[in-house]
Amino acid sequence: MSEIVHSNIFSRISDYAYKNKNFLLLTFLLPPLAWLGIVYLGSLLILLMHSFFYLDGFTGQIVYEFSFSTLIELFSQRANIDIIIRTVMMAFSVTLGATIIGLPVAYYMAKFTTKKTKAIFYLAVMLPLWSSYLVRVYAWKLILAKEGIINWTFAKLHLTWFIDYILSLPVIGGPSLSISYIGMFLVFTFIWLPFMIIPIQASLERVPNSLLDASSDLGAHPRKTFYKIILPLALPGIAAGSIFTFSLTLGDYIIPYIIGTSKFFIGQAVYTHQGVAGNVPLAAAFSIVPIAVMAIYISLAKRLGAFDAF
Amino acid sequence: MLFNNQPYVGQKKASLSLRFGAAFGILYLNVPLFFIILYAFTTEDKSFQFPPPGYTLKWFKIVLGREDIWNAVQLSLKIACLSTIIAIVLGTLAAAALYKRSFFGRETITLLIILPIALPGIITGISLRSAYGFAGIPFSSLTIIIGHATFCMVVVYNNVVARLRRSSPSLIEASMDLGANNFQTFRYVILPNLSTAILAGGMLAFALSFDEVIVTTFTAGQQTTLPIWMLTELIRPRQRPVTNVVAVFIICITFVPILIAYYLTRDHDSADGAGK
Repeated sequence: MSEIVHSNIFSRISDYAYKNKNFLLLTFLLPPLAWLGIVYLGSLLILLMHSFFYLDGFTGQIVYEFSFSTLIELFSQRANIDIIIRTVMMAFSVTLGATIIGLPVAYYMAKFTTKKTKAIFYLAVMLPLWSSYLVRVYAWKLILAKEGIINWTFAKLHLTWFIDYILSLPVIGGPSLSISYIGMFLVFTFIWLPFMIIPIQASLERVPNSLLDASSDLGAHPRKTFYKIILPLALPGIAAGSIFTFSLTLGDYIIPYIIGTSKFFIGQAVYTHQGVAGNVPLAAAFSIVPIAVMAIYISLAKRLGAFDAF
Repeated sequence: MLFNNQPYVGQKKASLSLRFGAAFGILYLNVPLFFIILYAFTTEDKSFQFPPPGYTLKWFKIVLGREDIWNAVQLSLKIACLSTIIAIVLGTLAAAALYKRSFFGRETITLLIILPIALPGIITGISLRSAYGFAGIPFSSLTIIIGHATFCMVVVYNNVVARLRRSSPSLIEASMDLGANNFQTFRYVILPNLSTAILAGGMLAFALSFDEVIVTTFTAGQQTTLPIWMLTELIRPRQRPVTNVVAVFIICITFVPILIAYYLTRDHDSADGAGK
């Protein structure tokens, strides 16, 4: 008896849900939407709001009044502008580096692997992607250390002068590999490289083999096929991957802290202003910069077809 | 779609420069991790000297006896488990709602789900922190879990939505035609079909949460998760050999769920396309 009543109730709800698709949609959508809307979007709005507040210079307390003074402070100081330029330049270089290193891997994976070797390649890209970020940064600290493997190898090959030369270069150089922009660039590129490889590989897999056959039948050298066929068709993938490499570099504060020089990046500025200095409004204003840069960047990438790459 | 899973046969072998480039990329991604494992056995404890002057197992023994490390591991596991559960529920629901039907605002909602991972982690971190501060919520494990669940959701969502798009809608129609109601269809048709995708997404979410550090530094008060322990050690190295061993430990604990996730989704991703 109870069994029948039971199934009736369920059937009735079920019938109702079937007739009213919106009811089902709403029940599915409500929990995740409520979570993201309240927890994430709500927090984001509070953060953005903070950038219109300001810090009282005498009491060190946040004044909850609408004002542009924090934003003016951010963009009027040379040091802050330098931080923004430095970070954007690094993000740009890392994106470029990851594209150059990632493209051959993605091309090979998409077109020259058997089912078995593709699985190996796939794991070799995915394992570093998902494994610990900190451990991988730490690995580079071991590698770049003065007494570490890189310096040891170059010393054995009698090439120490080469490292000294690179480190003596302006801007990218520094006192040692682990305290220089060149070192930081190597680590950033290493950490975000899988984010570049995966979308490029996905977009190249969709390129029909007949297109490559046609190109070589018509007499194109593999190199020409690469520049004329592969590269243009990989562009949506590169655009999609660059969203990640660019965005992740913009916001990172741990790599510049551990590998970098004493000069700040945006992430460090945000971290320091909200932490030690207690200047949440300025930190909030700083964090608007990556959001704004990413908004511009994503709209550009969308035009290149970044969102068709997945 | 036919040619997708077949190797490109028109040109028998990749050119030498392409093979060199591909090998370089793969080595660049994987070799650094081997050094961590090597250094876990070194006898040198003052610097990162290469090659290690000698090899020993004593650091493993020391780590086993360290209570602060074990507490950090426990906290990290607890947070990863709880945020994975939340992420699985919310991510699966979102995927079920968004995979097929188009309705007003669908694009915006999709963007909203991806946003926590598309924007730099520091933005998520500091906005949560300022929200907690604004609302007067004290820091605890819960505040960390809320942050982690938010960005883990998208991982589960991605996996489930991919599976739903690949599985055939006629299965559900057949189940309904044969008289099953929504709940029965869900229990006997949809869930078995989705289970490995959900589990794979959950595994990745777990790995992601277990070693997350950027959002955690903003949402943790006095708690020390394993990545936070590691970060303090990275900034001021005081116990290099112990850190090396902990790093090896983290590699092991994150590789297991990633490999499981890979094997769970491997067959489906190549086979399910045929049903469409």
